[in-house]
Amino acid sequence: MARTSTRLRHAAITVLAWGIALWMFFPILWMFLTGFKSEPDALSTPPHFLFHPTLSSYQDVFARENYWHFATNSVVISVMATLVALLVSIPAAYAMAFLPGPRTRMTLLWMLSTRMLPSVGVLVPIYLLARATGLLDSRTGLIVIYMLTNLPITVWMLYTFFREVPVAILEAGRMDGATRWQEVTQVLMPLALPGIASTGLLSLILCWNETFWSLNLTSSIAAPLTTFIASFSSPEGLFFAKLSAASTLAVAPIMVFGWVSQKQLVRGLTFGAVK
Amino acid sequence: MATVELRNLRKTYLHEEIIKGVSLAIAEREFIVFVGPSGCGKSTLLRMIAGLEDISAGDLLIDGQRVNDTEPARRGVAMVFQSYALYPHMNVYRNMEFSLRLAGMPEAERRQRIGDVARILQLDPYLDHKPGQLSGGQRQRVAIGRAIVRNPRVFLFDEPLSNLDAALRGQMRVELASLHRRLDATTIYVTHDQVEAMTMADRIVVLDKGVVEQIGTPLELYHRPRNLFVARFMGSPPMNLLPATINAHDPDGTMQVRTETLSVSIPTQQGGLEVGAPATLGIRPEHIRIDPQGAVQGMVEVSERLGAVTLLHVRLPDGQMIVVQTGGDNTDSADTPICMTFEEEHCHLFDADGMALARSTDHPLLAGA
Repeated sequence: MARTSTRLRHAAITVLAWGIALWMFFPILWMFLTGFKSEPDALSTPPHFLFHPTLSSYQDVFARENYWHFATNSVVISVMATLVALLVSIPAAYAMAFLPGPRTRMTLLWMLSTRMLPSVGVLVPIYLLARATGLLDSRTGLIVIYMLTNLPITVWMLYTFFREVPVAILEAGRMDGATRWQEVTQVLMPLALPGIASTGLLSLILCWNETFWSLNLTSSIAAPLTTFIASFSSPEGLFFAKLSAASTLAVAPIMVFGWVSQKQLVRGLTFGAVK
Repeated sequence: MATVELRNLRKTYLHEEIIKGVSLAIAEREFIVFVGPSGCGKSTLLRMIAGLEDISAGDLLIDGQRVNDTEPARRGVAMVFQSYALYPHMNVYRNMEFSLRLAGMPEAERRQRIGDVARILQLDPYLDHKPGQLSGGQRQRVAIGRAIVRNPRVFLFDEPLSNLDAALRGQMRVELASLHRRLDATTIYVTHDQVEAMTMADRIVVLDKGVVEQIGTPLELYHRPRNLFVARFMGSPPMNLLPATINAHDPDGTMQVRTETLSVSIPTQQGGLEVGAPATLGIRPEHIRIDPQGAVQGMVEVSERLGAVTLLHVRLPDGQMIVVQTGGDNTDSADTPICMTFEEEHCHLFDADGMALARSTDHPLLAGA
């Protein structure tokens, strides 16, 4: 009796989970399908589930814009911003986790609070700063901005991961003669590698998807894939098929990347939740 | 091997003094055990010697050299942590090699040294295992091996056996003792387990609230506790302590002491105690004899049969509870009235401040100590 009810509950939860997953995935699926429709098919109401697939939208997209230019910018900017963010936040998180001062907690909270500020609130000063330093429409400019906006998150995540490392192991390293640098690079980092990897992954994804600053600070030279999508959106809501094709092209790399590394990502995001 | 000297060591943390001036001279090859209840500062003191905690005041000398501000690795000390603190991402060989590699020792010499240590600790078959694949006892051995390969002047152990189960703990205790004899190393060992302290130490340092209560050989501490704290702390089951009054002091060097229910003559010097002064009478459970002619009466409340010995929890007529250790063949059960004799030569007397009165005679095992 109890067994049957458990089994029923399992079945219900499975159906519910699939339902939610499909519901969340549907917009992406719809975008993917629309990219293969002709423009009239894409606009028709009620929508067509059955249609003649065509690559014409993709051909148009490739004919109009240099996809690889945008893609290269996205890769370079995301990877560089992530690397620099890790380079800065690993020592910061180390200090906060293992050498905390009386104000460490406040500093952490304050850092996180900066993420709550709407980006548009600082648009003018950032724009003026970027212009004054010649960083408008440059990869370096975006790398700096992305790195800085993600820093609170990367420091927080690494701080949490580092806190999971037993202090005694680092002390053993110190007893064994490790300098601070060796302690971090040879003891702490190998131990926290899963955490560092998932922090890096999250930063990559955030950088890849960032739209606000890329639209406002770049035009052509440094423009990443988010501006590539934006260039296909028209105010009248026309050309859905081309917009969908461009969007698919823009999100495909990070989706494949996320899918390949999802195990690592999930492990990272739930790290410490279970022993 | 080295001498270690602590000169009035103090540690202040957030305006609170945790170590309140500890002085101690440790001889070469000596096995010293710091023992005390949790929070007494024994681990902090060890970590100060290791260099993992700053020394707030006082001097720490190793081989006569002040090392207060010397990096841990340059003090020539090696430490075995309570949690073992092995490097989980390195195999056993790499764990032991880490310090040697950092010190820039040539590969061949490292291999040779680790091989020797692995043989002593029977770790040969596990050199390429990661710590996660080892049992608790094996991890413990790796932690010890990691300390030994460095050839340190002083070994520091921070409650190394507390994570092991009882059987393994007993076995490792013997192994550690024989290892100490073999390596002839100066050793400082922290534990809260008085059995470990009694069995392994050359000298025990009893700490309480950051203060040294007594320093001495295990038997000195057991038979001649300096004060009530040490008397209570050393020995299991603990010493029976009864409130008492000084009745008289005889010219032959004994004190007549009276409690509510009994009166004994204890061979101690008078100290400052006048007749009528309050005091505490102490007697260990094994020094109370069941004796039909005994002057002390009581009622057995609980009888704990441990096999080799039986512990009787006895209520005295005034309501005080005492523990009596008898042979394992004792048949007294609960609610049996018994008579007992206190072996007077083994009684202890403490004044109102809890300090023990000096003995007139010496314990045979401590003669000359």
